[in-house]
Amino acid sequence: MALLSKKDANLILDPLADNNPITIQVLGICSALAITAELKASLVMAISVIFVMGVGNVVISLLRNIIPSKIRIIVQLIVVATLVIIVDQVLKAFAYELSKTLAVFVGLIITNCIIMGRFEAFALGNGLWRSFLDGIGNALGYGVILIIVGFFRELLGSGTLFGIPVLGDPIAKTGLYSTGYENNGFMIIPPAALIVVGVIIWVQRSRNRALIEEN
Amino acid sequence: MHIIKHRFRGKKMAPAFNAFHTFLFTPDETTHSGGHVRAVDDLKRTMNTVIMALIPVLIFSFFNTGYQYYAAIDAANGVPRTVDLFGNFLTWENFWLGFTQVMPLVVVSYAVGLIVEFIFAVIKGHEVEEGYLVTGMLVPLIVPVDTPLWMLAVAVVFGVVIGKEVFGGTGMNILNPALTIRAFLFFAYPTWMSGDKVWVHQAVDRAGTPDAISGETILGSLAQNASYDYSVSDMFFGFIPGSVGETSAFLILIGGLFLIFSKIASWRIMLSAVIGALVMGLIFNGVVAQGWIGETSSFYGLMSFEFWKHLIVGGLAFGIVYMATDPVTGSQTNRGKWIYGFFIGFISVMIRVFNPAYPEGVFLAILLMNVFAPTIDHYVIQGNVKRRLKRLKTATILPKTTDGIAQELQAETA
Repeated sequence: MALLSKKDANLILDPLADNNPITIQVLGICSALAITAELKASLVMAISVIFVMGVGNVVISLLRNIIPSKIRIIVQLIVVATLVIIVDQVLKAFAYELSKTLAVFVGLIITNCIIMGRFEAFALGNGLWRSFLDGIGNALGYGVILIIVGFFRELLGSGTLFGIPVLGDPIAKTGLYSTGYENNGFMIIPPAALIVVGVIIWVQRSRNRALIEEN
Repeated sequence: MHIIKHRFRGKKMAPAFNAFHTFLFTPDETTHSGGHVRAVDDLKRTMNTVIMALIPVLIFSFFNTGYQYYAAIDAANGVPRTVDLFGNFLTWENFWLGFTQVMPLVVVSYAVGLIVEFIFAVIKGHEVEEGYLVTGMLVPLIVPVDTPLWMLAVAVVFGVVIGKEVFGGTGMNILNPALTIRAFLFFAYPTWMSGDKVWVHQAVDRAGTPDAISGETILGSLAQNASYDYSVSDMFFGFIPGSVGETSAFLILIGGLFLIFSKIASWRIMLSAVIGALVMGLIFNGVVAQGWIGETSSFYGLMSFEFWKHLIVGGLAFGIVYMATDPVTGSQTNRGKWIYGFFIGFISVMIRVFNPAYPEGVFLAILLMNVFAPTIDHYVIQGNVKRRLKRLKTATILPKTTDGIAQELQAETA
């Protein structure tokens, strides 16, 4: 890629796999458990976080030399809160039903550890372009896991994807349901997300043994 | 078998062949290094003893499945039935229906569970452990008789992988695998695992047709404040609807005594769990006797149920004898076992009464206490350490003279 140097490209690619915020750093688990029962909600959440992190990291990076370090957390919170309110209002205006599904969790993006973590660890010490890439990369890493979890939970729990029935009609017993298959109610409840995330971590670590911690 | 085993030695599939060999023969290898403990009660013997204790329950379940089915049809046709052990219970008809319904559950449970165990043994390169032998027998006994086989297979894969293998296999698991399987089924497919239809063969298929039959358990009736018409001896000997193998408190009691005398299961856990259930039952009976709760209350049916009857209906007896006493997931210290068992009984009856959605709280209570067992053990051991330190402070330690060692010993043991 001519657009990005190798070092910059790693800022985006690393968090997607070997330094994933959810599976490696184990941050942002709360929202990953709460809103992944449907793929649509997972996707919207992922896009919202990409927006908040990309813009947020840029803003913090621009302000990094003028923020007094004693009040930097407050400044970061204000930046996140502003962006989250923008996302929330946009959702309410253009996707009202969806914003009801996501409910309080859009507001809770503010408390997502990944965002504050990247502000503190990266944007405060790096330039504008690199901070932007870092924000997008980490948010993508978060979003990818959300979408994988959402895919399995919606497919196995409700038999749908994006609300479209893909396995047949469970009441009229068509498609796969005519063979006696039934939706797995366990996948709808949040503990299932914990197990799906756990299985993803398991698969990832058995493919890349360098990630396994010594203990 | 010997030849096959030696041909595959050192190869990837070796554990699978070793497992078959060990299952059928005494191993022809001896330990070469490390400490040796010679004892007859190895894992294989322990597991086989529990299986032996379960066989009567399994055979009874064949007859009871058939009996409940034909009794429910009779009841739907307006012909009440009373149990006649040799007349209408121990019949070939009952046995055959139960056999054809229950055996597939047993076969699927063992086949799927052992395949998962073999795969993990081959991947991880260790020997197949005998841990699944008991789990595989427990699973079919704690599910409703009409559980679809593919559901059971999915649940077994989940239970063995997530409940056991991720923690490191047999002996490392936090939760009882059989109960993990039951809990997975309960939360994944609640319509097949609870309600008033699933407990008698074909009751679900027949619902809404002119041939409809009832499949309600005693606890289910009580949760709706309805009456039931089973006598105490029906409950005790197990001529009642319920999960496949949980109904006969009598045979479970015999199995439990067998396990106690063969020193496989802990009598402390069993006894304290019974006490716990009775105490909670007495508290609820007391609440009703005091008139604190009216007949219209949704808890009235279960709360006014005589406290000792809780032991002979539902899965409480089965859970206490075969599940709570699991040596891996239970408490290890003697004092811990008393606490652990007591709370299993106590919480089981509490869930039964307070949550009509879970008329059977036994599996939840045992899983909960499985999680707490290490904590209980920790505090029991800490308590013991403190007591000994205190004793050390008050002990007079004599100065070391020529015969000082003897005196010191005296002081410590005093």
